[in-house]
Amino acid sequence: MDFDKEFDASGLSCPLPILKTKKALSDMASGQVLKMIATDCGAVKDMQAFSDQTGNPLLSTAEEGGKYIFFMKKK
Amino acid sequence: MTTKKMAIIATKGTLDMAYPPFILASTAAALGYEVQVFFTFYGLQLLRKDLSNVMISPLANPAMPMPVPMPVMVQMLPGMESMATMMMKQKLKKHGVASLEELRSLCLEADVKFIACQMTVDLFEFDKSEFIEQCEYGGAAMFMGFAGDTDICLFV
Repeated sequence: MDFDKEFDASGLSCPLPILKTKKALSDMASGQVLKMIATDCGAVKDMQAFSDQTGNPLLSTAEEGGKYIFFMKKK
Repeated sequence: MTTKKMAIIATKGTLDMAYPPFILASTAAALGYEVQVFFTFYGLQLLRKDLSNVMISPLANPAMPMPVPMPVMVQMLPGMESMATMMMKQKLKKHGVASLEELRSLCLEADVKFIACQMTVDLFEFDKSEFIEQCEYGGAAMFMGFAGDTDICLFV
């Protein structure tokens, strides 16, 4: 999937992946896509909850070799 | 959509009990909540510029997981608190959990409002210059003005 910005939250625990996602989205334009990588398995449910509550669509969630990869579109 | 609000009363000043208010406040702010945290009694220690004296004690804390079972008589020996604090900080770091300093600055960046209890400052004769500048001083009525209108209100 194409994306405009990427950051790696590997090794970070709750709530840092979410806080850093929020920060990363803040200087992006509406419609741009953020790729986020995390190793915290709690991030899967947290990213969905973040999306539900903030309205930024979570385009996809995938797991690859112990890493979770998220694509989120800025609303 | 109206902005959701959350209020937290932070009354504890130990390392373990410092995490919940900062984690919940920073996360709620990231989710778009307007957040205020009222620091009172020992919670006020969490507003100090220097957080290195925020410690954890195994004493009277039987639920704290210890690497080896430790009798209370041993827990009360000098230096045990510093050792437990050092071990806990190492553990937090190893697991990628943010430090208190980091979580607190993330709260401030996200416009979480910190209110320090004026009564506690007077009671313990604290020096305001030892606290971070980004806090306001107020009392219970001031906090109630905000808390009465929140969606989530917690006492920690």
